[in-house]
Amino acid sequence: MTQSGPALLEIRSVSKRFGGVEALAEVSFEVRRGEILSVIGPNGAGKTTLLNCISGFFHPERGHIRLEGEELSGLAPSRVAARGVARTFQNIALFRGMTVVDNLMLGRHLHMRNGVLSSLVYWGPARREEVAHRRVVEDIIDFLEIEAIRKRPVGSLPYGLQKRVELGRALALHPRLLLLDEPMGGTNREEKEDMARFILDVNDEWGTTIILIEHDMGVVMDISRRVVVLDLGRKIAAGAPAEIKADPAVIKAYLGTKPVADGVAA
Amino acid sequence: MSLSTLPQFLLRNAREFPDAPAMREKDRGIWQQWSWAQYLDRVRAIALGLAQLGFGRGDKLAALSDNRPQVYAAMLAAQAAGGVAVPLYQDSIVRELRFVIDHADAKFVLAEDQEQVDKLLELKASLPKVERVFYVDPKGLRHYADPILMPLDELERSGRALAAERPQRFEELVAAGRAEDIAVLCYTSGTTGAPKGAMLSYANYLAAVRGMIEVERFERSDEMLAYLPLAWIGESFYSLGCSLVTGFTVNCPERPETVLENLREIGPQIVIAPPRIWENLVSQVQVRMEEASWLKRRLYRALMPAGEDAARREMGKQPLGLGLRLRRALGELLVFAPLRDRLGLRRARYAYTGGAPLGPEVFLFFRGIGLNLKQVYGQTEITGLAWLQRDGDVKLGTVGKPSPNVEMRLSEAGEVLSRGPAVFAGYYKNPEATAQTVRDGWLHSGDAAMLDPDGHLIVIDRIRDVTLLGNGSKFAPQFIENKLKFSAYVKEAVAVGQDRPYVAAMINIDMENVGKWAERRAIAYTTYADLAQKRAVYDLIGQEVERVNRDLPEATRIRKYVLLPKELDPDDDEVTRTRKVRRGFVAAKYGDIIAALYSEAPSVAVSTTITYQDGRQATLQTELAIRRAGGELAPAPA
Repeated sequence: MTQSGPALLEIRSVSKRFGGVEALAEVSFEVRRGEILSVIGPNGAGKTTLLNCISGFFHPERGHIRLEGEELSGLAPSRVAARGVARTFQNIALFRGMTVVDNLMLGRHLHMRNGVLSSLVYWGPARREEVAHRRVVEDIIDFLEIEAIRKRPVGSLPYGLQKRVELGRALALHPRLLLLDEPMGGTNREEKEDMARFILDVNDEWGTTIILIEHDMGVVMDISRRVVVLDLGRKIAAGAPAEIKADPAVIKAYLGTKPVADGVAA
Repeated sequence: MSLSTLPQFLLRNAREFPDAPAMREKDRGIWQQWSWAQYLDRVRAIALGLAQLGFGRGDKLAALSDNRPQVYAAMLAAQAAGGVAVPLYQDSIVRELRFVIDHADAKFVLAEDQEQVDKLLELKASLPKVERVFYVDPKGLRHYADPILMPLDELERSGRALAAERPQRFEELVAAGRAEDIAVLCYTSGTTGAPKGAMLSYANYLAAVRGMIEVERFERSDEMLAYLPLAWIGESFYSLGCSLVTGFTVNCPERPETVLENLREIGPQIVIAPPRIWENLVSQVQVRMEEASWLKRRLYRALMPAGEDAARREMGKQPLGLGLRLRRALGELLVFAPLRDRLGLRRARYAYTGGAPLGPEVFLFFRGIGLNLKQVYGQTEITGLAWLQRDGDVKLGTVGKPSPNVEMRLSEAGEVLSRGPAVFAGYYKNPEATAQTVRDGWLHSGDAAMLDPDGHLIVIDRIRDVTLLGNGSKFAPQFIENKLKFSAYVKEAVAVGQDRPYVAAMINIDMENVGKWAERRAIAYTTYADLAQKRAVYDLIGQEVERVNRDLPEATRIRKYVLLPKELDPDDDEVTRTRKVRRGFVAAKYGDIIAALYSEAPSVAVSTTITYQDGRQATLQTELAIRRAGGELAPAPA
């Protein structure tokens, strides 16, 4: 695994309420450059809310979210994306009627420089740009081994493959920080293993920093460098997978009394 | 330079038509081409790189990969350096790999990617003779620190450095090659016992190729798609042998899953496929037609029989008659040509099936849509191809006549014997098996066959599988199985009956087609095992069994059948990597089921062991219904 460097993302005392519910309360941690960090916790712990705060879908009432020192909280999602933060969603967010290639090309839109007019003419710079982006997309297709479904409409694909395409769509942004919200949810064992391998490969080959939300503890403990545990909106533990497995507070939050075993779902 | 080895042909091709395409691979969605000059350049670099690492005469390079230009280049490079290529089945599990790599004394192994490298590293301790593992695709391997690993690129770079120092070195190495040198060690999985390494010399390859091209007209501008396992002789015969001798282009598919799509893009003139693929294509067409528009379906049903009828008459050398000609011409226009185009067979001049018998119905289907599909027959031990049907002289159910340089006869027991320059140099490190197989220069095939009045060979079955039923009738299981497998809903079948009162069948349903069929009827199912035990699925397969029974003599009709809860799998040793049933093993493993097929029991409880790709095993508990063919039904569990 890649050597972890200084903090890429800094989360300082972030709080978020929905009416009377405190979804996040004073959550603080750092994500180091080049690491895979998992956020775990029982349902309703605030994991997805946290991702939504980072990616700009929600704005926290208090606290700071800084990417390499630059404040993200308060920015619109598109602005956050433009700063190199890409994400996938629990319930796949792709254009179902469009092909895999087209979905990935859309993932490149942030990097497109040509305006509507020159794109309409599709000659010279616009065409060259399209070709360059297609090359990037083809690299991702090759990387994720989805050549066989390149031209298939996303809606016609099995769920596990859609998840993989969604990862591809996020990768097309060439993000500095990748947020994965349950990339293995609802997939079978083989698809899980494939996805785990792709996540490791993305981290390894491109040095992409990854925040992962996942319920499968076996996967989390296998591929994360560090784990942050949330419970009822509060951070109750953070550390290496081995430390987390032995942490009494984590064990209590998850199961009451028994130790966290590999593969136990929340 | 003489032309007695494959690398010598490579030099010739690069000299005589350097810019013509030799290889293509689809990468990043685009077909990338290597000319013969580029092919030579890669082979030269790899060969010198190998030589620099001490790879020399008689050394073995094993290759564990899908079909990729780099891998063909590496195999040729090993040969150019005086060594031997040992292609392996890329889906082999570690236990099989360990045996073959060790038995072959491989010094180097070429692995395609991380998956294959992982298998080899797992085996490292038990493969002391392997000095290096090269890999083609570095993805995921960046942080592998094992000193045994080396990227193929790096090997090429070191070879290029040597080529710059000693520009003639490669030509010298190639010139030292002799016709009797071993080119390929081809491990035959065999339906019994451990794999054996057939030693095939350049003389063998060239004899087999020359026999072939004396009959067939292969052109330098022809294309083929190389997608079958490199370890199968029927693959390297064409992609190394025929391609180097005639100069046609070998195309590698983008991924194994894109083969059919790539077939359509390339539109090859020469198509090679084992029965499994042809059967798949027919199933696909049949299923698509079920889902097609009313008009298409009507046209297909109205005109397909005309095509098949015409093909049958032509093969029987009977006149067609004006009406049939007209109907066939109409079919060609409206159905056959579009269908061939759809399947990527529009430009196919020659299509071959080999490796196992193909059901006559499937064969007739393709002849019926105007494809020049021909049966070829041979063994690894005679470099793959020794019999083929001639254009204009194709007879249904036969494998044609021997290649011009193959002499053949039938033994008294009806075994196919052949002799000629393509007969192999023996099994590696196994003189006993060699002596058993080749006697007085005659290769003993193990296949029972007969000759029809025109001298066409009809292969019946493995000679040891042809047995008698309890009632004394002759019973050839493969014949019945192939009839069953024509059904789109049957993937695999095993017929049993030796010394038993009647024939019974164990059947694997085709998950994809039966699954679609079930969906259309709103039959809910979860797994393969669940689907296979549905009462409606039993009824469906029952119809197929009855269809087969109508063509069989009373004595050898299938009386009972059972649908197996899992597919027969090479990882479980039930079929070989080329999908031939390991009869003895299956009979032992499914002994309980077979016993139940000969009892009055309405069902049988079984636990089956499944081996996953990584070698882990799991057990499956199921209750299987036993059905009697032809109506009276034993109750299927709900």
